[in-house]
Amino acid sequence: MNKKILSNVLFYIAVVLIALVVLFPFLWMLSSSFKTQVDIISWPPKLFFEPTLANYRKVFEEQDFLKYFINSTIVGGFAVALSLLLGLPAAYSIARFAQKKLAVFILLARLMPGISFLMPWYIIFSRLDLMDSYVALVLSHMLIALPIVVWIMSSYFEAIPRELEESAMVDGATRQHAFLAIILPLSGPGIITATTLSFIFSWNNFMFSQVLSMEKTKTLPIAVYNFLSYAEVDWGGVMAAAVAIMAPAIALTMIFQKYVVKGLTMGAVKG
Amino acid sequence: MSQSSFTERNLPVLFPLPAVIFIALLMVFPVLYTLFLSFTNWNLTSGMPAKIVGFDSYLRVLTEPRFLDAVARTFYFTVFAVIIEVVLGVTIALILNRAFVGKSIAKLLLLLPLVATPVAVGIVFNLFYDPTIGLANFVLSSLGLPQGHWISSDSTVIPSLILVDVWQWTPMITLIVLAGLASLSDEPVEAARVDGASEWQILRYVTIPMVMPVILTAMILRLIDALKTFDIIFAMTGGGPGYASETLNIMGFKYSFEYFRMGQSAVVLVALFLIVFMCSLAIMKARASAEN
Repeated sequence: MNKKILSNVLFYIAVVLIALVVLFPFLWMLSSSFKTQVDIISWPPKLFFEPTLANYRKVFEEQDFLKYFINSTIVGGFAVALSLLLGLPAAYSIARFAQKKLAVFILLARLMPGISFLMPWYIIFSRLDLMDSYVALVLSHMLIALPIVVWIMSSYFEAIPRELEESAMVDGATRQHAFLAIILPLSGPGIITATTLSFIFSWNNFMFSQVLSMEKTKTLPIAVYNFLSYAEVDWGGVMAAAVAIMAPAIALTMIFQKYVVKGLTMGAVKG
Repeated sequence: MSQSSFTERNLPVLFPLPAVIFIALLMVFPVLYTLFLSFTNWNLTSGMPAKIVGFDSYLRVLTEPRFLDAVARTFYFTVFAVIIEVVLGVTIALILNRAFVGKSIAKLLLLLPLVATPVAVGIVFNLFYDPTIGLANFVLSSLGLPQGHWISSDSTVIPSLILVDVWQWTPMITLIVLAGLASLSDEPVEAARVDGASEWQILRYVTIPMVMPVILTAMILRLIDALKTFDIIFAMTGGGPGYASETLNIMGFKYSFEYFRMGQSAVVLVALFLIVFMCSLAIMKARASAEN
């Protein structure tokens, strides 16, 4: 009996330790974002201090973060919506007609290093006068979102019994109609998973926007990065910016926790 | 079904067609263009048109110490990061693989690093590593240890970056392996227990072999991304000090968008792609044999 209690105690100590290591950078970021510069550079580091909102004021008033927020939302929103439009029928086709090669072709976009298309895009988009345009950014972010949509939705569709469309087709419906009227309405959870994950990955993307966007379409990760380079010592401001960019992705994850876990793990577990 | 329409008969082509056209235009064409550029000496700043020079750019880049160092560094970073993440991730998954109070909160916490914006993560760790005000050195000096240089010294910059990668991505391995463990049937474990196997033997000879395919898949996913790691390195060190943390991805980025040597940059990108491709292939082979 004693041995069992001991092993339970050890277990919970391990869980708490893991949780602390995972949480620590977030807590440190959050607390620093409420510190004045004096408190941040004080040595030893201060655990207790008088919180200030000055850093957030700086980020949203002086740096116009709201604009970058909107840019990130526009780019992510359009990229995800268009990826669903292209990806859902493709995923359905892969699931129902066992198009393995097609799946590999689309998933190659996940394997390839982004920079091997970014460099040619830079040349092409400059020629087409599309630098610093939403079009170029949305197209580039679609290459992040589309493979996620296809990856998640093709396994989701596979799990839906074929009899559902087939009985409708026996009754005279076309397959495309059965897809729209029967399969899609059943796919809510899969679509939520695909949408949440691809939006978060678009939201977090740094490299594409760093090259393709300038002042007009600049997204949040670039704004946060730039904040670091010209405000090198303003740690409070930088930490407030980091909180601002992570908060929406973390909020989405908390709301859709079940779906996010499923999306991140499904392909690997199913094999 | 006899007089099915054109659309219906061609659904297997028509449904994926828009996605295929999109990928062809945005991925296949650019990659072929990169391949073409690798056979030129094009330099955007020179104002001269691209000239085909055969394998000249390859010779130039492949013999350059900076390139060879970047290849070695890419592997250094990737191998250590992935091995540590897999060992830690699997261990944590095995620890958490039981019912306990707060399990769903623990799983939520594990998700947070995965969705945290990498650039911002890098910046937070920059403050953590700061030699004068950072917490890392405070901890070291509180323990009576000498202070570290972290990302500002050639010899510690890569391990410091690996630590950030390990913090951010170990939870992914844990979550995948946990899901894999949950999908296993209990029977083999029960059978082994009935046969009198110890907990350790069950773990070693039953549980781990059964989740091996899942572990290897998680490893492939991690490996592909670790080889391409860009955001945290770019945000934290920009490849420095000097070139001490310049991986292939960072080098390709600098050649493209700082020096505008498109021909030579294309060679770096082709090399990076081949490495990612070969490594994924190798692990997929291992996974296929683990399943048999």
